[in-house]
Amino acid sequence: MKKYLAFVLSLILCLAFTSSFALEGKPVAKDDIKVGFIFLHDENSTYDLNFLNAAKEACEKMGVKYVLKTNIPEGEQCYEAAAELVDDGCNIVFADSFGHESYMIQAAMEFPEVEFCHATGTKAHTTNLANYHNAFASIYEGRYLAGVAAGLKLNEMIAEGKFTAEEAKMGYVGAYPYAEVKSGYTSFFLGARSVCPTVTMDVTFTNSWYDEALEKEGATKLINDGAKLISQHADSMGAPTACEDAGVPDVSYNGSTVAACPNTFIVSSRINWAPYFEYMINATINGEAIAVDWTGTIETSSVELSEINEAAAAAGTAEKIAEVKAAFADGSLKVYDISTFTVNGEKLESYLADVDDLGDWQPETEVVSDGYFHESEYRSAPYFDIDIDGINLLGA
Amino acid sequence: MNNQKRKPLFHISRRQSMLWYRIWLIRGLAILAALVVCALVSVVMTGENPFSIYSTIFTASFGSPRKIWVLLQNIAMLLCVSLAVTPAFRMRFWNVGGEGQALVGCFASAACMILLRDKLPNGMIIFLMFVTSMLAGAIWGAIPAFFKAKWGTNETLFTLMMNYVATQLVAYYCVVWESPKGSGQIGVINQQSQIGWLPVIGGQKYLLNILIVAVLCLFTYYYMYFSKHGYEIAVVGESEKTAHYVGIKVEKVIIRTMMLSGAMCGLAGLLLTGSTNHTLTTTIVDGRGFTAVMVSWLANFNPVWMIGTSFLLVFLSRGAGEISTNFGLNKSFADILTGIILFFIIGSEFFIMYKVKFKHAAEKEVKA
Repeated sequence: MKKYLAFVLSLILCLAFTSSFALEGKPVAKDDIKVGFIFLHDENSTYDLNFLNAAKEACEKMGVKYVLKTNIPEGEQCYEAAAELVDDGCNIVFADSFGHESYMIQAAMEFPEVEFCHATGTKAHTTNLANYHNAFASIYEGRYLAGVAAGLKLNEMIAEGKFTAEEAKMGYVGAYPYAEVKSGYTSFFLGARSVCPTVTMDVTFTNSWYDEALEKEGATKLINDGAKLISQHADSMGAPTACEDAGVPDVSYNGSTVAACPNTFIVSSRINWAPYFEYMINATINGEAIAVDWTGTIETSSVELSEINEAAAAAGTAEKIAEVKAAFADGSLKVYDISTFTVNGEKLESYLADVDDLGDWQPETEVVSDGYFHESEYRSAPYFDIDIDGINLLGA
Repeated sequence: MNNQKRKPLFHISRRQSMLWYRIWLIRGLAILAALVVCALVSVVMTGENPFSIYSTIFTASFGSPRKIWVLLQNIAMLLCVSLAVTPAFRMRFWNVGGEGQALVGCFASAACMILLRDKLPNGMIIFLMFVTSMLAGAIWGAIPAFFKAKWGTNETLFTLMMNYVATQLVAYYCVVWESPKGSGQIGVINQQSQIGWLPVIGGQKYLLNILIVAVLCLFTYYYMYFSKHGYEIAVVGESEKTAHYVGIKVEKVIIRTMMLSGAMCGLAGLLLTGSTNHTLTTTIVDGRGFTAVMVSWLANFNPVWMIGTSFLLVFLSRGAGEISTNFGLNKSFADILTGIILFFIIGSEFFIMYKVKFKHAAEKEVKA
């Protein structure tokens, strides 16, 4: 038995050595490229649908083989799925959910010859694995633009006399009280306040990325508490349908919900993942290193706004959004400009963020300089986790 | 009015006994029927030919060495929880709390890994993980047993409720130990240092679990059929009054058996958290506590047969999952297929328990 074990072990070692030497860093012929995708849910989730469409679009455009694995939970199953994709001959494995990260790292350690790319993760720059990469996009800019559309809608409703400027309150259905979500709703709020200065916002958390019933309930509660407009960072149709039922305008996320909500849907921001997928596939074909942290922007077409629904949006929304977009492009506007918000009544002159996510919860990186908070610059995943004045967290 | 007495179309009576091979014949036919219906449904939905669907079911479990290992691991974990609930079942104590008992085992292991990682040597931590997880499971099982023994509370409801208590407890600690802050997730515990990770033997991640469960299976078999405790359990299960009469302390047997049951579930939790998953989530046990009821029941509470019934359920559910992935259907489709399979398997038990006689068949019998 021992002899047998030793033989098997040495065989495994030999295989591991030869394979890692044979493939690392070398260009791969396009015909040999096979990309494996791991998704938390399936097309019923707006979040995963956004990734699924981009994966198909990028791979079909580039003419490479691909495998899609849906409904992979954030656990051991993710590691198993990744390992099976490697067995299946994939050179690149991508996972779309935050909780997949530890399992992707585990697989990356075991298969050094395969590239592992992970969206929304935080650990690539501290794990020091040559084949493990994080990616995200400056979606906070997209949410700011969506916030501008929301603010204009509030202004229009105030002008129509539906409520007073002081009553202008928005509601936001968030998933977890986590930096990615906080960064999202804060930028949305700042966008709205840039055009509607009296606006405030209530935020409720569902503590789940996908729970249609809870999201619908959360949105309904916000509406009953006087929210005049709703937005969300959770992945089901719960909040948009609650808005359509109640006739309250809605700014959704991950793509247009106009088909289900023709009367209330204004606009939606989303990350277009196709540019990243093309980038990682091209890098692998050329034998180039994939960036440890890759942050897509409006310029890379990674941050997009859906078509504006003229039936619900305020007049002039498209023009205003184009104007703000131009200001982002020439650098004259920053989302987290510290002159536009306060924290506990004071200006935020300095902030240490927990960029190096080592599980110690110890913030170590100064992220405020030149008059603004530098989001997604020290790593791709957001780290803006500050509670600013004007936003009221429910149940917190 | 029709005066003639109408005979019912068919007549159902309880069977006294049935030969073992006939039982398995009925079950085999049920599985066959389930596979045929699954293939029909899949063909209608996907337009694929039925053989590619069967080969998908087969490759889901045997397609590569890794898939075989994962299959064995899943069988081992399901079998472990099934073995755990079985002594209680033989006592006719309907423990549907396997899920919660295993979950508190996971919880105890994770707590040791997180709280003691800088304080004790690794061997000591692993030892404490064994002790605390089994103890946690035993306590989770003993609470409903105590109430049942003392005041005759309904154990099915009680053990079921204990599952939710365990889930909420774990949900709370997932937030306390979350990493990074606000995410509500623990992720892989001690990924770099591997503190509290059970050793990998023979280069195979799942081998340790499989061996431990194999030993546990033999132990349970011995315990149930050849030990004094096992005999006491059987007597209490047959009739509590008889047990009293022959001098068995029923209360003691109930509590002792449920503690054992819970401790074995706790061990399953330890294997999940300490050996393979290295994390804690509310869904880590993955419904095995409930599937175990079926595994145990179908095998007539026999630990060795349970290997077969857990294989069957794992094999079919992995096949169903693979079909929905390969043919681009969503998770609901896998659920539909699993539902069909379970319907037939559970339905077949009816024909094992009862005899169905049709009218004309009955008439023939009278003539003869």
